[in-house]
Amino acid sequence: MKKVLKNPGMQAFLASLICIIIGLLIGYLVLLIINPEGAWESITNVIKNFFTWSKPKTQLKQFGNTLAKTMPLLMCSLSILFAYKVGLFNIGAAGQYVAGACASLYAALAWGWGWLPCMLFAIVCAGVLGAIVGILKAYCNVNEVISGIMLNWITLYLTNTVLSKVKEAASPYTLYLDDVNPSALLPNAGLNNLFNNNKYITIAVPLALIISIAIHILLSRTRLGYELKATGSNKNAAKYAGMRENTNIILTLIIAGGLAGLGASMLYQTGYMRWECTQSSVPGMGFNGIAAAFLGGLNPIGAIFSSFFIQHITDGGQYVNTNFYSSQISDLISSVIIYLCGFVLFIKLTMNKMLARSEERKLRQLKEAEAAAGKEVDQ
Amino acid sequence: MEQYAIEMLHITKRFPGIIANDNITLQLKKGEIHALLGENGAGKSTLMSVLFGLYQPEEGTIKKDGVEVKINNPNDANDLGIGMVHQHFKLVECFTVLDNIILGVEPNKMGFLQKDEARKKVLALSEKYGLRVDPDAKIEDITVGMQQRTEILKMLYRDNEILIFDEPTAVLTPQEISELMQIMKNLSAEGKSILFISHKLAEIMEVADRCTVLRKGKYIGTVNTADVTMEQLSAMMVGRDVNFHVEKKPATPGEVILEIDNMTVASKVHKNNAVKNVSMKVRAGEIVCLAGIDGNGQSEFVYGLSGLEPLVSGSIKLHGKDITKASIRERSTMGISHIPEDRHKHGLVLDYSLEDNMILQTYFGPEFTSKAGFLQRKNIRDYANRLIEEYDVRSGQGPITVSRAMSGGNQQKAIIAREIDKAPDLLIAVQPTRGLDVGAIEFIHKQLVAQRDAGKAVLLVSLELDEVMDVPDRILVMYEGEIVGELDPKTTTQEELGLYMAGAKRDEVKA
Ligand SMILES: Nc1ncnc2c1ncn2[C@@H]1O[C@H](COP(=O)(O)OP(=O)(O)OP(=O)(O)O)[C@@H](O)[C@H]1O
Ligand SMILES: [Mg+2]
Repeated sequence: MKKVLKNPGMQAFLASLICIIIGLLIGYLVLLIINPEGAWESITNVIKNFFTWSKPKTQLKQFGNTLAKTMPLLMCSLSILFAYKVGLFNIGAAGQYVAGACASLYAALAWGWGWLPCMLFAIVCAGVLGAIVGILKAYCNVNEVISGIMLNWITLYLTNTVLSKVKEAASPYTLYLDDVNPSALLPNAGLNNLFNNNKYITIAVPLALIISIAIHILLSRTRLGYELKATGSNKNAAKYAGMRENTNIILTLIIAGGLAGLGASMLYQTGYMRWECTQSSVPGMGFNGIAAAFLGGLNPIGAIFSSFFIQHITDGGQYVNTNFYSSQISDLISSVIIYLCGFVLFIKLTMNKMLARSEERKLRQLKEAEAAAGKEVDQ
Repeated sequence: MEQYAIEMLHITKRFPGIIANDNITLQLKKGEIHALLGENGAGKSTLMSVLFGLYQPEEGTIKKDGVEVKINNPNDANDLGIGMVHQHFKLVECFTVLDNIILGVEPNKMGFLQKDEARKKVLALSEKYGLRVDPDAKIEDITVGMQQRTEILKMLYRDNEILIFDEPTAVLTPQEISELMQIMKNLSAEGKSILFISHKLAEIMEVADRCTVLRKGKYIGTVNTADVTMEQLSAMMVGRDVNFHVEKKPATPGEVILEIDNMTVASKVHKNNAVKNVSMKVRAGEIVCLAGIDGNGQSEFVYGLSGLEPLVSGSIKLHGKDITKASIRERSTMGISHIPEDRHKHGLVLDYSLEDNMILQTYFGPEFTSKAGFLQRKNIRDYANRLIEEYDVRSGQGPITVSRAMSGGNQQKAIIAREIDKAPDLLIAVQPTRGLDVGAIEFIHKQLVAQRDAGKAVLLVSLELDEVMDVPDRILVMYEGEIVGELDPKTTTQEELGLYMAGAKRDEVKA
């Protein structure tokens, strides 16, 4: 049992689990305080998400919706954790995601590009945004968090302006992809049939999973990963070893940006969502990516599960009973849970301390028992 | 019965794969200076960390003044009057000396800092014990010697009675060392009890009253230093006789490997250049030592030579080829190896495993990286195992040990193994034996001589007078960024060397 607990992988998993449970408890508490009547029903609905529906077929379809939205979140969390391994905190993922949305939608709606060019264009544009942060960091020593946050806002308003050219006359939303340019929709490749003909299930799903595995391999098995992690862990040693730290920083942020941009293309090119050109806040996808990255133990494979969980909770928020609570409550509950997800490292540390202490106590007891036994023999 | 200030009884501390302390007993008398001696990785730092509350032992008890105490963390230690200067200092780089000293025990009135009071107390202490510091200087700008005095003042400021020094002299200049010895004697005369770790036997003989020896985590014995010789001590510690003198044949210098012409390197701390118009040649088959008091431009010289800092002017040639503008990687692949001065800053990625650090300079080669860019884990493991074996690098879990969890001396050995095994044409070794035990020093010196005999050029930078006199074939003395003398170690004396190093004597030196 102790051995199992000492295994780092197991520890990461348990810590994540504990975070989730505490998060749910606090969420429940908040509901109780606001209005005890609907609290239990609402919190169970949040957990159940698509299971709230009674028909298995509907469940399956709703499950597909959650899955479709998990993939962009997964990309954002990969973007965060990839940069994090190189010692960079890519809070700019949120803006890079927006840039990806802007690029793919504009290319699709204004220029009529096919799905692949749109997707690549999203990656490139978001990568350029990452490169700006990287260049500022590498050559002017501007903190990536600050420049990232500023760029988030710049990108948001730029996107609103650009996409206004392809919006519906009567609403702030961009035109429907299905109407204007169906060729820009990601192919379903038959996967939609697995989810009761949910058209939002596209090749994005397998693609995202493959990319997670690829990032995992890149970080743990390749020369590039070795170099990037060394740069992140000790910049001076990396320089001493002849690695080009500046190039590595920029390269990392380009890749991180590209991942976030790809995430946006994976959502907007399914037609699931349209861009609202009057938005005044940066979409939460990039920020939720931070929570997903930490909840997944900063491991690309772990991120698959944590991203799904977080999307699951976020979607579950819509099933909170609005008779008892205002409609924003769903966001509140999911953000409380997401917030707690950031505490994984803390929980892990506490767990280790407790483990060490209990071990010590055991040993002491054992010795005391031995000493007592020894005395008896003496007498 | 004798009154002990501290008793550590039957302490056992395990780490994954290793018993760092195996049933060790150490008794510290009131007012004595007690040395702790042992090979690299013998468990000295671990034992002291247990006393300071950083680690919890699995077995054993600690008594203070005869009463059993429980030390769960450094705060408990501080409450008991125990202070520690760590092997690798723990100061906040961007804070001033004064801020570092009062950190955690800031005097305040209703939450407002009362720095003047603190300053007075610090100045009084520094006056009393001869600990010269500038209270308003930032840590990142001052010498290691002053950083160390800051650490000592930190202990005294907290009125600690039991002072632990973990290898305090490894990073100091000879001058600073003798100052420190005097300070320690003063402190013990005041009734403070001191625990002192050092690999330098002469220091132990000079200041310590008693000495406890550890070997591979086990307790070997405690002796009065007055009753033993240095040879006996080193035999107790290593388990065999150690040859303090370096055996070597006369050098047979060949072609010029390194040629430096009028090198000038800027300083990071002041406006002047740290290295001024230095010219020198190093030939195949010779060991040239760059000697000098710390802070006279040796570090910057090496940075310029290895490519870590750009030159202001001048040129560097390796094998007659101009490498002044070459990148660090290019210099490395052209045959320069560099054992850096600061093992934690440059030498190691502390979060990487030992094996990953072993390939830090060669990871991109075909042996370790496949054509597709994948690391060849098996080759890396085999390679690391070979170096661990050859250089006797000791750690808990072999190649997969995280470097951070290795003892200071073994970290150093890992770097040396990596750099020498690269088979360089030019080996730059900066303070290579810093923090090594006598047995390991003997081994490393043999390796340097072996490199020389194999026709390589070796440039040794050292502050250690014994090393400067014993190892090289030629000595160049650096003073205020200039080469002020070239000496032959066979004919010169330590006194003469000292005069050059202090700037009291200088020759016109031709390269
Ligand atoms: N935090 C740690 N985790 C795991 N192993 C450790 C840790 N600290 C030390 N060790 C191991 O315990 C052993 C003793 O280390 P310690 O640092 O006490 O040696 P030391 O006697 O101070 O050596 P040195 O003279 O090289 O400083 C070493 O083999 C080291 O690898
Ligand atoms: Mg040590």
